[in-house]
Amino acid sequence: MTTTPKISRAELAEQFRAFIDPDFVITDDETMKPYECDGMSMYCEMPMLVVLPETAEQVQRVMRICNEHHVPVVARGAGTGLSAGAMPHKEGVVLSLAKFNRILDIDPLARTARLQPGVRNLAISEEAAEFGLYYGPDPSSQIACTIGGNVAENSGGVHCLKYGLTVHNILSVEMITAEGERVTIGSDALDVCGMDLLALMTGSEGLLGIVTEVKVKLLPKPEVAQVVMAGFDSVQKAGDAVGGIISHGIIPGGLEMMDGHAIIAADDFAQAGYPREAKALLLCEVDGTEEEVHEHIAQAEALFRELGATSVKTSQSEEERALLWKGRKSAFPAVGRISPDYYCMDGTIPRRYLAHVLLEMEKMSEEFGLRVANVFHAGDGNLHPLILFDANVPGEFERTEAFGGRILNLCVEVGGCITGEHGVGVEKIRQMAVQFNDEELQQFHDVKAAFDPSGILNPGKGVPALRFCQEYRSLEHKQHEHETVEAAHG
Amino acid sequence: MADIADKLKEQILQARQSGRKLNIEGGGTKTFMGRAADTDADTLKMAEHTGIVEYHPVELVLTARAGTPLAEIEATLAEEGQCLHFEPPRFGDASTLGGTLACNLSGPARPWSGSVRDQVLGIRLLNGKGEHLRFGGQVMKNVAGYDTSRLQAGAMGTLGAITEISLKVMPKPAMSLTLVQDMALEDVIQYMNSRAKESKPITGAAWVDGKVYLRLAGAKSAVEATAEKWSGEVMEQGDDFWRQLQHMQHEFFAGEQPLWRFSVGSTATNPDLDGPWLIDWAGSQRWYRSEADIAQLETLAQRAGGQVSLFRGGDRTDEVMHHQPRALKEIQRRLKASFDPDGIFNPGRLYSWL
Ligand SMILES: Cc1cc2nc3c(=O)[nH]c(=O)nc-3n(C[C@@H](O)[C@@H](O)[C@H](O)COP(=O)(O)OP(=O)(O)OC[C@H]3O[C@@H](n4cnc5c(N)ncnc54)[C@H](O)[C@@H]3O)c2cc1C
Ligand SMILES: Cc1cc2nc3c(=O)[nH]c(=O)nc-3n(C[C@H](O)[C@H](O)[C@H](O)COP(=O)(O)OP(=O)(O)OC[C@H]3O[C@@H](n4cnc5c(N)ncnc54)[C@H](O)[C@@H]3O)c2cc1C
Repeated sequence: MTTTPKISRAELAEQFRAFIDPDFVITDDETMKPYECDGMSMYCEMPMLVVLPETAEQVQRVMRICNEHHVPVVARGAGTGLSAGAMPHKEGVVLSLAKFNRILDIDPLARTARLQPGVRNLAISEEAAEFGLYYGPDPSSQIACTIGGNVAENSGGVHCLKYGLTVHNILSVEMITAEGERVTIGSDALDVCGMDLLALMTGSEGLLGIVTEVKVKLLPKPEVAQVVMAGFDSVQKAGDAVGGIISHGIIPGGLEMMDGHAIIAADDFAQAGYPREAKALLLCEVDGTEEEVHEHIAQAEALFRELGATSVKTSQSEEERALLWKGRKSAFPAVGRISPDYYCMDGTIPRRYLAHVLLEMEKMSEEFGLRVANVFHAGDGNLHPLILFDANVPGEFERTEAFGGRILNLCVEVGGCITGEHGVGVEKIRQMAVQFNDEELQQFHDVKAAFDPSGILNPGKGVPALRFCQEYRSLEHKQHEHETVEAAHG
Repeated sequence: MADIADKLKEQILQARQSGRKLNIEGGGTKTFMGRAADTDADTLKMAEHTGIVEYHPVELVLTARAGTPLAEIEATLAEEGQCLHFEPPRFGDASTLGGTLACNLSGPARPWSGSVRDQVLGIRLLNGKGEHLRFGGQVMKNVAGYDTSRLQAGAMGTLGAITEISLKVMPKPAMSLTLVQDMALEDVIQYMNSRAKESKPITGAAWVDGKVYLRLAGAKSAVEATAEKWSGEVMEQGDDFWRQLQHMQHEFFAGEQPLWRFSVGSTATNPDLDGPWLIDWAGSQRWYRSEADIAQLETLAQRAGGQVSLFRGGDRTDEVMHHQPRALKEIQRRLKASFDPDGIFNPGRLYSWL
């Protein structure tokens, strides 16, 4: 565990300035201000210092100095994270990878790209396009978020059911350990000997090492992609239709669902031509060869009709397809327009509980007096309930957090988990105690210690200290009992 | 179908108390893998810990105890038109799910459909303290906590006894077809990779004995249209070839000569070595048969962007896995200690130093 650093801001800055351009060792509050939070702006903290190295050797030296003086280090990509994973530590350093923004190499025949960690997700596909290739995982934040952040969060996107998450699409990472060692994990091959450290690194939220280079796989761009949009008059029917498509043997490139609130908000925003009267909407993208898409689209259309869709429409051009996705991909900002603030949850559930979970959420929404809109990676059971609130109303954020916490508990109850792709960070750290018991959490702490014996990498994130867990669990328990009693009396 | 987790736990606790070591055994079919087992250790038998715990075809998820034979799992999936897309190799009926994950074994479809590690969603594991832990989940996406489930792939049981595994399963492709043609080893790497670069329903690319085999699988119309466009003859009984490859029953694998596995960059020039080669995974996995010295092969494997291991035969008292750089060795030692502080499980099975 970290002990309080024994080095002052000025001393640390001086040491860094010996090998890093002094302009990029930032100590004044005004310049540091933009680093105080990530995409989860309700959680803020000012760091002691921000540093922007530009070579792996510099990162190594930064780590050695911080390790020696027990100074916490928080890596930062684009700061689009949604769990406050990149929120600074007040006695620590923010290590921004913003200057590592070069695509080092694209090998079209091998279908790989070697990247610095600060390369934006979308830039990879843009650069690979001339070879007919693209990078699979496509988070909605892909214009801004970095590949280093994607590795740290194991990010997904709307195409993960078929093409996988970050962990399925990378070959190797170069990283700097807490002790300043530079190691390569993985290789140009599909596997290496021994335990799978690459998988362990992926999704480790900056707690195990600083990623300084990533080699990703690229995929051939499908010949054709088409989207079928189906409206339904109940979420139950839409949920069943998802199962229907999959049991039919079709694995869509993307399969997304929106509820009534999200449909209206997204359609207002993007004029995507969504069926506004529908209670649930499915967007089902089929991609592949011309013949395959033709065959599967016809099957999907027929299946949706059979399973009670009230409207079915298929994109007939690339423009139409882009427009249908635009509505979905801008669902967050769209919801942002109908409410001063929104809070995005990220629980995952077995799909068969979809209707149950949405119904329970409706009830909670009434109980907490807060609206909720749902967008959902239906294909892989990843919910994104957006709770609408107003941060300027005292107490409303606290209510929102409590509501969010209850949603996550519900996800765990039905066999799901508290985060599908946004990570634990600070935001979901309490819910870790719901999904895992003390022995499991201790195992996580022990894994962390294997990489970072003095605990300087992103401390306080990802895995809760055990002493807080007892407290949280008993609090939850009391609340639960209280509710049961209320229900019995009410 | 039996849940013997409590018994297994008891055995671990006893071993810990009495300072004994344990060799974890699945079906015992892969005893040839890894370094020779410690002969002084007791055996922790996973084979009785069996049964499919949960399977919902529409969820595309199956959960089974680690000792469940692969054959049973595949039969259950087949009834629903589904399969394990990573095409696990098996030897007879005893091969277990746990052993497959521990050895990270996947078949010819691996570059396209992912490996066993790619399909793992969650596990239960008995660690060296006898704690029965649950990681990951039964859902497609789960990023809560470190991915200690996939970490087990390739660990060969050195971190603990896997007791239960949840896996992503997939629908069986509607049809498949194999194209075969003559090709020299010098040309095949370029050829396979340029085929893999096309957006076509390819799920296998292998070369052996001067012939290249490509498998197309998926929607019927797409498979047939691609077969028309691409060169090569449609092979009668093509599926048999891939099955032999998957289960290593192809005659290339027969005999006692040491079997080396090169896991390398798909486009790397093939190492200049005498002896028979079998190229799979569109160039990423290359099998080589010969008496050879691991150090010499390591240099060649590294030049090809990857690693080499002595898969079967040869001297199994020395290292059989590619050597690890110092910093990674240290991390793996510490990781091992974090799961198995007394070093009970599979001593020396993966590396002499672990
Ligand atoms: C002579 C011989 C020839 C073979 N030839 C072929 C072949 O030609 N083609 C082919 O595909 N396969 C071959 N096999 C390998 C084949 O057996 C595997 O494909 C099979 O899946 C192994 O699973 P298992 O359960 O038998 O593992 P085991 O052999 O029992 O174990 C393998 C490793 O996994 C570990 N392990 C097992 N279970 C667990 C668990 N639950 N938790 C943690 N660690 C565990 C063990 O400790 C060991 O390190 C051959 C095997 C033999 C013995
Ligand atoms: C509008 C919006 C939509 C989104 N949609 C999606 C989505 O569809 N799918 C999805 O998965 N996520 C989504 N996200 C979340 C977020 O974009 C991803 O988590 C993304 O991967 C974060 O990348 P970043 O570069 O912004 O990382 P940051 O926010 O800067 O950092 C995230 C975490 O990674 C660590 N980190 C960053 N770089 C490194 C490095 N080089 N080495 C080690 N650790 C590092 C940080 O310490 C932190 O813990 C969305 C976010 C927004 C705002």
